[in-house]
Amino acid sequence: MNSAPAETGPEAIQAKPKMAARGVNVFYGDNHAIKDIDLDLYADKVTSLIGPSGCGKSTFLRCLNRMNDTIPICHVTGEILLEDENIYTSGIDVVQLRARVGMVFQKPNPFPKSIYDNVAYGPRIHGLAAHRTDLDEIVTTSLEKAGLWQEVKDRLDSSGTALSGGQQQRLCIARAIAVNPEVILMDEPCSALDPIATAKIEALIDELSGRYAIIIVTHSMQQAARISRKTAFFHLGEMVEYGDTTEIFTSPKEDRTRDYITGRIG
Amino acid sequence: MTERNVPHAELSTGPTDWKSGAMQARIARRYRRERIFQSLGLGAVVISVLFLVFLLGNIVKNGAYGFVQTSVSIDVTFSADLLGDPTSLSPEAFTEKVRKTNMLRLIQTSMQELFPEVKGRRDTRTLLRIVSTGARAQLRNMILADPALIGTTKRVELLTSDDIDQVIKGNIDISLPEANRKVKDNELSWLQTLQNDDRISLNFHSQFLTGGDSREPELAGVWGAIVGSAFTLMVTLLTAFPIGLCAAIYLEEFAPKNRFTDIIEININNLAAVPSIVFGLLGLAVFLSVMGMPRSAPIVGGLTLALLTLPTVIIASRASIAAVPPSIRDAARGLGASPMQVVFHHVIPLAMPGIMTGTIIGMARALGESAPLLMIGMVAFIVDIPGSINDAATVLPVQIYLWADSPERAFVEKTSAAIMVLLFFLIAMNGIAIWLRQKFEQKW
Repeated sequence: MNSAPAETGPEAIQAKPKMAARGVNVFYGDNHAIKDIDLDLYADKVTSLIGPSGCGKSTFLRCLNRMNDTIPICHVTGEILLEDENIYTSGIDVVQLRARVGMVFQKPNPFPKSIYDNVAYGPRIHGLAAHRTDLDEIVTTSLEKAGLWQEVKDRLDSSGTALSGGQQQRLCIARAIAVNPEVILMDEPCSALDPIATAKIEALIDELSGRYAIIIVTHSMQQAARISRKTAFFHLGEMVEYGDTTEIFTSPKEDRTRDYITGRIG
Repeated sequence: MTERNVPHAELSTGPTDWKSGAMQARIARRYRRERIFQSLGLGAVVISVLFLVFLLGNIVKNGAYGFVQTSVSIDVTFSADLLGDPTSLSPEAFTEKVRKTNMLRLIQTSMQELFPEVKGRRDTRTLLRIVSTGARAQLRNMILADPALIGTTKRVELLTSDDIDQVIKGNIDISLPEANRKVKDNELSWLQTLQNDDRISLNFHSQFLTGGDSREPELAGVWGAIVGSAFTLMVTLLTAFPIGLCAAIYLEEFAPKNRFTDIIEININNLAAVPSIVFGLLGLAVFLSVMGMPRSAPIVGGLTLALLTLPTVIIASRASIAAVPPSIRDAARGLGASPMQVVFHHVIPLAMPGIMTGTIIGMARALGESAPLLMIGMVAFIVDIPGSINDAATVLPVQIYLWADSPERAFVEKTSAAIMVLLFFLIAMNGIAIWLRQKFEQKW
């Protein structure tokens, strides 16, 4: 049942994936958007999903915490395992799943509330803090981990929407971290940001990579090469190739991967 | 047709000659069309503003006099023989005696002092008609409030009857032959005498705002209708807002999108355009006939108007719920908020300004509605101020309708004045809606 590409070196030994897709198909009505995907995602390795627009990488990402459930015509078959448990079986509590698998979106979407309330919202609804002091602690550490604490510590009461784009996105990351997830999904988190803000987010992803399994969808191959250890290339709903990032970018096995990386398709 | 008359530039391969005659003609024509369109638009605005100004001006012109009323000052002697002596009688007995006394005799004594030449029953009665029938209650209340008045003579301002009031306000044409007017020559001459004595004055009439309805225009007030409207709107708000909001939330956030919900949606949109009297018939059939609720009561009126307001509330609420950006829902969902938490923590607070605006606009419409209330009996003549939602009551627009229907000339100005009161409440409600929208509007 190991359909992921063969691993090499010491990484192959500790290979118990955090999340795994097994024969995943996604349909939007009659449109077959994702075709039979098998993919292992590891806790300690940032994984990039790359591919041209409309290739299904975001759709696949949104399957990993069942965000696609809200689209009525969207239909998913196959299994997605989170620590050996299929998240698409009927007994799964989607609310709890999304607390374990957090998400950062393409466009920064802080709540129109204070910075404090933005970060504290997740812990509040899940009852993670018994006292106000615990909540303060969670907010502080989350903002610290997201590298935003120094910039906002004096204005936690001001609105989250008043921050700059890059700060907003880091606030969204802090908000996701505050729930203490195991996996963080990032859907093109830098596509609405300028290069400086992008660099900060990339550095942040690098820093967080040890603590959370991070799966990131990106349009920028340079970004994928910079921040991820594993890369999956999607094309027209299929996963063409999956492997170590260095390998994908230096010696791709598939012609389509090479064509995309060298800019011939996309 | 016009397009063909304009010469087109010759097709050439070179750069476009923007200075050619054909091009200049095109440009001139474009400018002319813009000017004509703008002046048409401006004209439309001017015409509608003129209509509005004319309407408001007319109402204010007619209604301003509704807030003032003519009074006549006469010297009343509070005779102890007639009224009883508060020093010798117990307070209860004194009160009883005052209540039983015909106050007209006090007025008659004073008036006859002023016009000793008036003799005979008929002329005396005509003379007494200068003073409003409400003057008796006014005197009685004065005495009961201050028994020390007994034995003294005091100059008292009493309301005049509506006919005399109309003469003072210039609404009765006294140049007409005597037979063709309500106020006769002898009354006019007495009135002239009183005016010469400086006993006639036109004062602000607070009873119009604090009193209930009356058959006498000078005694009629809008307070009963205002209280009735307030009770009715309270029932409407308490019914239509929660039901409408819940329906909107369910339809927008939870309902499956299928043929059945489509049909419901179409029906709600159509209900908003149903003539209001139909809702009155529905209220009559359901609330009065089937459920046996009290006739003419604000509770029934409020429920009927709630039926009328519901589609407005639902449509406005759905629109503002749908206007909350999906990214906020995604953000909350991505953190593991349950569907209900997404709605109540994020969507509803953000949609609230729009929901409240829609609700207030709906309430304002309900406040101005009279047709459905006619069907459930809120059109009765009710003097008492309603004390609860179960008491018989009327509402402002129905009160206006009733007064507009009255034959007395003096009700014309009362009608306009009541319209001014109604417009005041409508403008205030719309003002609150605008204020709420601006205060809570979320900037993204």
